[in-house]
Amino acid sequence: MNRIDQRFAQLKSQRRPALIPFVTAGDPNPAWTVDILHALVQAGADLIELGVPFSDPMADGLVIQQASERALRKGMRLERVIALVRSFRLTDATTPVVLMGYLNPVEYFGWERFAAAARAAGIDGVLLVDCPPEEADSVRPVLAKHRLAQIFLASPTTTAVRLKRMAELAQGYVYYVSFAGITGADQMVLADVHQHLAALRNVVKTPIAVGFGIKTAAQAVALADDADGIVIGSALVEKLAIATDAKSAQQIAHEFLSPIRTALDAVSKPQAA
Amino acid sequence: MLNAIDPPSDYFTQPDARGHFGPYGGQFVADTLMAPLAELAAAYAEAQADPTFLAELDHDLKHYVGRPSPIYHAQRLSQQVGGAQILLKREDLNHTGAHKINNTIGQGMLARRMGKTRIIAETGAGQHGVASATVAARLGLECVVYMGATDIERQSINVFRMKLLGATVVPVTSGSKTLKDALNEAMRDWVSHVDHTFYIIGTVAGPHPYPMLVRDFNAVVGREARRQMVEQFGRLPDALVACVGGGSNAIGLFHPFLNDAAVAMFGAEAAGLGIASGKHAASLSAGRPGVLHGNRTYLLCDDDGQVTETHSVSAGLDYPGVGPEHAWLKDTGRASYVGITDAEALAAFHALARTEGILAALESSHAVAQAMKLARTLPNDRLILCNLSGRGDKDVQTIAAIEGIAL
Repeated sequence: MNRIDQRFAQLKSQRRPALIPFVTAGDPNPAWTVDILHALVQAGADLIELGVPFSDPMADGLVIQQASERALRKGMRLERVIALVRSFRLTDATTPVVLMGYLNPVEYFGWERFAAAARAAGIDGVLLVDCPPEEADSVRPVLAKHRLAQIFLASPTTTAVRLKRMAELAQGYVYYVSFAGITGADQMVLADVHQHLAALRNVVKTPIAVGFGIKTAAQAVALADDADGIVIGSALVEKLAIATDAKSAQQIAHEFLSPIRTALDAVSKPQAA
Repeated sequence: MLNAIDPPSDYFTQPDARGHFGPYGGQFVADTLMAPLAELAAAYAEAQADPTFLAELDHDLKHYVGRPSPIYHAQRLSQQVGGAQILLKREDLNHTGAHKINNTIGQGMLARRMGKTRIIAETGAGQHGVASATVAARLGLECVVYMGATDIERQSINVFRMKLLGATVVPVTSGSKTLKDALNEAMRDWVSHVDHTFYIIGTVAGPHPYPMLVRDFNAVVGREARRQMVEQFGRLPDALVACVGGGSNAIGLFHPFLNDAAVAMFGAEAAGLGIASGKHAASLSAGRPGVLHGNRTYLLCDDDGQVTETHSVSAGLDYPGVGPEHAWLKDTGRASYVGITDAEALAAFHALARTEGILAALESSHAVAQAMKLARTLPNDRLILCNLSGRGDKDVQTIAAIEGIAL
């Protein structure tokens, strides 16, 4: 069992949803990223999505676009993202880490080389935004060989036929995009998300995480019953942008995530003794 | 870099059902766009089978765009160059001044057919933006055009034209502030407003079905040319030449001739200040395959796969990718792609102006330059058909600035 499955199994037995922060690797400074990741774990992160910066982040809103541009300007690149996780793993052997980004840097790096290096560094899964299941045929065996989970996006526009196929191929978890739009937008309608998640549940057997536009503890709590995981990205990345050193970045990360963890725990339903 | 692929017996079999041209093309988009793309592909297939749709398209191309565009024998230019005869397919004479209208007329009709009330588009030189704004005005649809902030500065006349036509022009300040970033921003708009918005992509790039449908709407150029060549010259041309940024005018001319093995094809890419300088936009000549804007194709990237900034004197060729069908035509060896520098394009612009009284767009001047180069190597009974994809009125300020002339 890999770290992602282990973590979701453990949370399920505790009847708690996973809290999944997203940060862009290398932003605002490559030297602070590992410290930020540890701070997030201390503040209650169950799994981390680490963004691989790309020059043309088509599905991202302004906050993550700018984070990617900052990270690239500071020399962040896929090889260094992998190295950051290797460094994180020196003192954290249990928190699952999923790389999230776009295909092209991986294509240029080379699939076999990427998968081998990612696995060796302790990366557990890969979410490639612009690689739907339809285009994943050649990628799947390489990721499988190196036991990396391939995580897919589902959305309000996913048809039943595609969802069924996605459910068959899904590993780790399915990331449900809460509205048709870009990351960080204020377009989420809770009632719609409840309804879609309930429908998704009938088809998808892996855990389901929900994200895009979740910014507050109240929103996270409102979705805690429907989803197995809550992803928070842009709101956190926006706060981190003003950090001035590693220590302040850690503090910002902790102060942001910790109240959300507390709020989620307050409404979770521990199993009856 | 060339990944050789065996040529097929029939070039009209591409793309496959999911939009692949050999290993290129496809649908590399976030999940949310998969359904709208499928909806578009279905609506397009239905329209293609509807005689009423096709008749209306023909009617509009004739009476609104002004088709067919003539083939003009540039005799004085041919004489001055020496060698083969240069013939010009006059897409510059279309309404709005370029081939771009062929595609926007078609996609506009699709938008209306699908009940969409809002049109968005990306633009580089502004020609596609103008053609989209034109069609939106005529159909009474809202129109928003995304344009890189850098391009807005160098194409101010076209920006004003779009505004006169009632479009909103949104400056894009992310990334390199040019066409590729405008395309990203238009995609972001589309994914956020998919229910009522139709995205008119201006070139043969983007996710399937765009490379196919933009090709099909532009292929009227090649179909006409094939007929006109037989009528006017009694035979097909020996070679076709067109400029290639994304590649819509080139594929429009090439496609109907693909199975005519005796017709050679040359795509002129923007070599900018020279391929060796690194300041160019020649993705087929100097790039390698990758994934951008929803399709797999040749790209200009650094070794980390980050898309690099391109350079060309012509905004319309300033794009780091290229349509996936061109990538496939390169690998099969069916078409050749060559670089034309800024200086060569400018020289061709002046040569055509002085010998034939035609101001060509800087984009099209790349094709003229390649036609002139090729003509020199061939005997004078050979025929080269060059796509004059747009007129140069929009570029006079740029040319004056380069040549240090105050207007």
